[in-house]
Amino acid sequence: MSSIELSDDVASLEAGLDALDKPVTLREPLAARLRRSVLPPVVAVAFLVAVWLVVVALHLKPTYVIPTPADVWASLGQYWSEGAVQEAVWNSLRRAFVGFAVAAVVGTALGLLMSQFRFVRTAIGPLVSGLQSLPSVAWVPAAIIWFGLSDGAIYMVVLLGAVPSIANGLLSGVSQVPPLYLRVGRVLGARGFTAIRYVVLPAAMPGYLGGLRQGWAFAWRSLMAAELITFSPALGTSLGQLLQIGRELSDMSLVMAAILLILVVGVGIELLVFSPIERRMLRARGLNVGPT
Amino acid sequence: MTSATVSETPEGQWAVADLPPPLAPPAIVLERVTKRFSGDGSRPAVLEDVSLTVAEGEFVCLLGASGCGKSTLLSLVAGLDKPTSGTVETPAGGTALMFQEAALFPWLTAGQNIELALKLRGVDRRDRREETDRLLATVHLSGQHGSRVHELSGGMRQRVALARALAQQARILLMDEPFAALDAITRDVLHEELIRVWEETGLAVVFVTHNVREAVRLGQRVELMSSRPGRFVRRWQVEIDGPRRIESAGVSELSKEITDDLRREIRRHAVLPAAVTAGSRS
Ligand SMILES: Nc1ncnc2c1ncn2[C@@H]1O[C@H](COP(=O)(O)OP(=O)(O)OP(=O)(O)O)[C@@H](O)[C@H]1O
Ligand SMILES: [Mg+2]
Repeated sequence: MSSIELSDDVASLEAGLDALDKPVTLREPLAARLRRSVLPPVVAVAFLVAVWLVVVALHLKPTYVIPTPADVWASLGQYWSEGAVQEAVWNSLRRAFVGFAVAAVVGTALGLLMSQFRFVRTAIGPLVSGLQSLPSVAWVPAAIIWFGLSDGAIYMVVLLGAVPSIANGLLSGVSQVPPLYLRVGRVLGARGFTAIRYVVLPAAMPGYLGGLRQGWAFAWRSLMAAELITFSPALGTSLGQLLQIGRELSDMSLVMAAILLILVVGVGIELLVFSPIERRMLRARGLNVGPT
Repeated sequence: MTSATVSETPEGQWAVADLPPPLAPPAIVLERVTKRFSGDGSRPAVLEDVSLTVAEGEFVCLLGASGCGKSTLLSLVAGLDKPTSGTVETPAGGTALMFQEAALFPWLTAGQNIELALKLRGVDRRDRREETDRLLATVHLSGQHGSRVHELSGGMRQRVALARALAQQARILLMDEPFAALDAITRDVLHEELIRVWEETGLAVVFVTHNVREAVRLGQRVELMSSRPGRFVRRWQVEIDGPRRIESAGVSELSKEITDDLRREIRRHAVLPAAVTAGSRS
């Protein structure tokens, strides 16, 4: 066998192997996808509304204590036409975004410091973990004493709620980076900040995104607690404030409408922002895309 | 086919007679390198007093039992770790290193993995794409630029890893059992590819393997290592005429000889504790 024949032979062998290895991508038809992912939650909501209607029909409590879905809807419509709903959602979302953005910057810096310096990690690691399990509503009195009934107090509570989750998420992401990747990075010539930028951070992305997602949930929760307690007309209408007004007026329909809005906004951001990013990232890496 | 003259010393240690120095200038020089890990306690060093010279453009295979320190040696040459004593000299421009797993970054596509290597080498952004396509063509993976790592087979991943290693333009390519996890046919194909790339680029290659036939199939020189302490105990200069295949008669013949030696080396460890105590009393 001459060497020309030999390499021809190998080339065709290689082409055959490569063809065998071509991945088959299956795309689920849209209808099937909708049936799989949209139908179950719709059924669940319908079921909850049904239970609600049954409870109302049983007349366990008067309707000003347990309003009907129609009452809540009417209340929502009334405040919507006054422009209060839009303003409340806008104000709360704006605060949540600003607070979350600042928390992301602070949490990322903190997480990076903890991951890169053992001293920092040992020094403040337990504190950060402890803060993560402390309900941030506990900070509200302190925040009001320091900042008064102001945006400053609200932001302080939001930050203390979200920063620990983000920092811890990044830290756990970094600690799960396979050492092999770091070695490859070094062989390729990535050191110091370059290694962090091109190897550590992208490799830690799953844990980091998980932390950001949890950070968002905590920010939103903390914001509601802060808005509810830091009640001042000067701060403008907000979702937390709608709750407070409902309580003062003993308007259960308004309270439930506000709770629904808070839920819808929180879940909406989760579904529209975090889920798609996370799914895209996991899919690109060939990792299991778990339940949404 | 020739092999270095070897004599068995009374203690049961293998000693290697010096070979004539290689003709080309040296690319890697390890001089009396010893490596100990901090937690090792009274165990023998992982590598003890190891010297090795690899000439420019030479293809050397390192053979040895599991745990004898082959990966440790490559880490030292790659500069990922420092020797406890002794010196390691490699040319400026660093070394490229390939691992058993392709170790491609899963957040990048095949092409982007190569582009990152180029970027870290300082290649201008405008030239990266073209250079990447050239490298992908070198490993016969043109058109896989946008493929995700998890979409590639093990063999294709190792070819991308090879292209990424070539992107470093180092003069030395270290390979740590790069094909151990592949099936036989794929491995055959990659042997062919590797030899072609080596002939084209004139890289010095240090190739670590457990597989004697693989070592003989690929190497110009095969170095056998002992375990604890890791040392070079015997070397063979492989001279087989004509195209070499894993099933070639010459490869089989030398493989058998080397395998016998490897077995003897491993068996020696079964009696080592007694030998050590006897030695320390004298
Ligand atoms: N970081 C480390 N700390 C302590 N001991 C280590 C470390 N790395 C390797 N060793 C030890 O050094 C010895 C040699 O390891 P090494 O990985 O170099 O072996 P190897 O020849 O590559 O083995 P294999 O063929 O299984 O890959 C082993 O006994 C191992 O336990
Ligand atoms: Mg090894």
